[in-house]
Order: sequence, then structure tokens, then C-alpha cells
Amino acid sequence: MFEEVGTTTEGDLIINLGPQHPATHGVLHLVITLNGEIIKKVEPHLGYIHRSIEKMTESLSYRQFIYVTSRMDYLSAHINNHACALCVEKALQLEVPQRAQYIRVIMDELTRIASHELWWGAMAMDLGAFTPFFHAFREREKINEIMEETCGARLTMNYMVPGGVMVDLHPDFQKKVKAFIQQYKAKIHEYDELVTGNIIFQNRMKGIGYLSAEDAISYGCTGPVARGSGVASDIRKIAPYDVYDKVEFDEVLQTEGDSFARYMIRIQEMHQSIKIIGQLIDTIPDGNFQAKTKAVIKLPKGEFYQRVETARGELGVYIVSEGAAQPYRIKYRSPGFSNLSALDHMVRGHKIGDLIAAMGTLDLVIPDIDR
Amino acid sequence: MFLKEYFLDIYKATKSLLTGMKLTGYYFTHHKEILTEEYPENRKNLQLAERFRGEVIMPHDANNEHTCTGCSSCEIACPNGSIKIISKFDITPEGKKKKAIDQHIYHLELCTMCGLCVEACPTDAIKMANTFEHSVFNRNHLIKRLNKPGSKIREGIEE
Ligand code: SF4
Ligand code: SF4
Repeated sequence: MFEEVGTTTEGDLIINLGPQHPATHGVLHLVITLNGEIIKKVEPHLGYIHRSIEKMTESLSYRQFIYVTSRMDYLSAHINNHACALCVEKALQLEVPQRAQYIRVIMDELTRIASHELWWGAMAMDLGAFTPFFHAFREREKINEIMEETCGARLTMNYMVPGGVMVDLHPDFQKKVKAFIQQYKAKIHEYDELVTGNIIFQNRMKGIGYLSAEDAISYGCTGPVARGSGVASDIRKIAPYDVYDKVEFDEVLQTEGDSFARYMIRIQEMHQSIKIIGQLIDTIPDGNFQAKTKAVIKLPKGEFYQRVETARGELGVYIVSEGAAQPYRIKYRSPGFSNLSALDHMVRGHKIGDLIAAMGTLDLVIPDIDR
Repeated sequence: MFLKEYFLDIYKATKSLLTGMKLTGYYFTHHKEILTEEYPENRKNLQLAERFRGEVIMPHDANNEHTCTGCSSCEIACPNGSIKIISKFDITPEGKKKKAIDQHIYHLELCTMCGLCVEACPTDAIKMANTFEHSVFNRNHLIKRLNKPGSKIREGIEE
């Protein structure tokens, strides 16, 4: 978009950030209107990583379409898979064995911690601190190893199937998860020492990218972004799925609405996830890990919707079925898209350096925005 | 009052920076804490999870026998057409025609390692191996035939 570079009639400068820019964590293209160093407008341009996943899905069966969703929000691949599996189960009115439900929730929370940890490292890197990235990866690696051992993959797990999970847990699973919890508890204080308490970091985050509760709602923000503005929006609390109604955890809320609030939400959410895992890990019931399903799954005619809480917010799966073995139409409501739309509102009037700080706290995963 | 706060701020700021520096310094001097693996130097003792999905293989036993019946379930289950089953008809001792596998063609270059084919196989003829170093100079080398030449189906395997 070269014609967009230049100056406007009022003398404002228009520059492009991305599509290839390390701070946008993917192929996001922002067209920024600047007055000096002050941001007047930010316009996201999408489409650079559009793979038409929704259209592709129309030719895949209900077993096959789950694996594609790992490629949307690849950092919470597990939770995406979970949403799809739940939606199919809802349509079939299938009872999922308790064991599978426990496994799914534990895996979801592990994924959430892994995702938040990666975000934490990347966030600090955006602000110029390189060391935290390695600290975050140290813990994340442990989760990846657990995933690799049980699911068979590190990022695109494809562990969920309609009716349960694909294979049973690895015999070492519980031991490894407990070891991870130990390590997490022993090391998490480093996160606060390195970044949270740092005065430079705090000054760059506090009061930057303010989003009021009203705006968070009207932009459709969900997840940590909405909760940072004090909007209770945790699907795990509002509409619990699987065994989330049996575990005790707090929905973390902050009312400041600035970047630092969103940062603190994610840090505390990791603690909550550890709490959830701690409650479930010793009580995984025996039994089947998969319910019996037909070889070819056909959904009844109708429309089905299921939402889950991913690491970024609310993911909705909407299936229109004509009674065939493939969906007639499928639509994903991805959290990143709505969260990104609030960016312009958040950063107007700030300096250009603050744009990166505010954008980092949105935790954008571009393939999720651009399916 | 103002001065006191001013200096308190400076003190707090310096302290927060030093706390961070201390941690960095700790890891800088404690080499035991380093977790980085040096691949490919450590290739010999690299341990990968047993279930790691790296490629689809068909295990053969000592008699060069496998358990694939040529039923095409894996071909149907694969979301991106990485498997092609070419079947043939064997003549059984009773003189009947029986469907059997001729070639199990597997396109490693298309495979997304989702594991759905392994799930679908009724006789557990295929499984995922944890090899991951697949790079070759010619992409045609990635098209593999999984049933070995001259192999046949083990006795007693039925669909
Ligand atoms: S692992 Fe998945 S993509 Fe690969 S051959 Fe099997 S079904 Fe196809
Ligand atoms: S590998 Fe399994 S699913 Fe595929 S053709 Fe052979 S028996 Fe059938």
C-alpha cells in the first residue's frame, strides 16, 4: 500500500507498521497516522494470513475439522480443539466420560499457562527486555514436554476427538504435571522481580492504552482485555463446560483498564490455572477416555453454538448442519479480532512507542484474527 | 515532604532495577541452570517422546508381514489426502478373490501429523513414529510406500 505512505493535507504523517515487523507478532499491518510522535489514528489491515479455514471446513468431516482449528490460535490450540469437540457433542447430545472431561480441563489450563508464559516473554521483549523471554520459555518448555508425551505434539496437539480424547494419558503424566507445578511455584517470583516490579516497565505500562468498561463491552472485547477493564466475561464461570463447575477458582478482575491491569490479569490467571490443575490432578477418575461414536459422524439438522474461554478470550464455534457428514457452514467467533478492534481507541493520543506496549497487552495472535 | 517523596521514588526505582539485575547476574554466573540443548551436536543422545507424531509408518515383523488389509479407512480419514491406497485382489487357497493391499502410498510432504489415520485403522497396521529429520533434496523422496516390497498380510487378520 505504497500510496498510503506520505503526508495528509493537514500535514500528518502516515506510516506503515508491518506486515513484517517483529513487534506485531505475525503478519499484521497497521497504518498509523501520526502528528509528530502523537498517534491520531491506527487502522489495522488484515488478510495477509487468511487461509479460509471456515470454507475449508465445509468439505471436512466432523472428525477432520478439529485439527484445522489448531492452526487458528496456535497458542491455545488445545482449547480451540476443545470448542469444536464440545460443539459436536452438544449437537449429538453425547455424554462424555468423566475421565475425558478431567483430562480436557487439565490440558486446557496447561495450554493457558503456556500461552500466557509465551505472551509474558514476548511482551517484555516488545518493551526491549530480552532476558525474560528465556525465563518464560523455561517453564513453557516443561508444559510442551508434557504435551509431547501425552498428545504427541508440542503445538498443534489435535488431542480432542468428538466424545473424548484421542489416547489415554501417558503413565508419567501426573508425576510430570506435579513436578511442573513445583517448578512453577519455585520460579514464579522471578517474573515479578524481573519485570513486574521494574520501574521502567511500570512507567511504560501504567495509564497507557486505557479502555473503559463501556468501551470494552461495545468493542466486544473478551478475555483478559475485558477483565482488565472490570468486565466479568469468563466463559468458564458464565457457562461452565466439562468439569469447570466442579473446580474452585477466582475470576481475576482489575478495574484500572490500562496496560498494566491487563498485564496483572494474565499473571494472576496463571496462578488460578495452577490452582485448577492442582484440584483435578489427583482426582482424575478411572474409566473410558472416549465415548463410543459412529465411524461417520452426522449431526442432526440445525444450528449449534458452543463457546469456550481460550487464553485470549471467548471463542465461539457456530455450526450449521443440514444433516450431512460435513457442516453446511461453520463460523468461528475469534477473540483476537474483537480485541484488535479496540486498539485504535486505546492508543489515540499516545506516543508511538506506547502503541507497542498497548498492543502487546492485547496478546494478539494473527492467524486467529485472520482465519 | 516533596523532597522526601522524591528521594523515596529514586530509592524504589533503583532498588527495583537492582532486584532484576541480581536475578540476571545469578543466571549469568550459575551455569548449571542453563537448559539450552545444542542440536544437532546432541543428536546421539537426543530423547524424543515415544508418542511424538513425526511420520506415519507401517511396522513389519520378522517375516516381512504387516496387518494392513487394504480397507482404505486411513485414506478416507485423512483430511488432506496424504494417503493413497492401491489395492489388488489376492486369490485365497479356496480359490476366492480377496481384497489386499498392493501399495500404501504415503505423502509425507502433505501430511500434517494429525494422527487421524492411525485412529481410523481397524487393524492397527500403521502408527506414528517419532522421527523428525525429514529434509531431503528431492521432494519425490518424501512420497513413500509404507508396505515393504514383497511383504504380505499376517495370517488371521480380518477387517
Ligand atoms: S497423520 Fe493426518 S495428515 Fe498425515 S496421513 Fe495421517 S491422517 Fe493424513
Ligand atoms: S493402514 Fe489400516 S486403515 Fe489403512 S488400508 Fe491398511 S488396514 Fe486399512
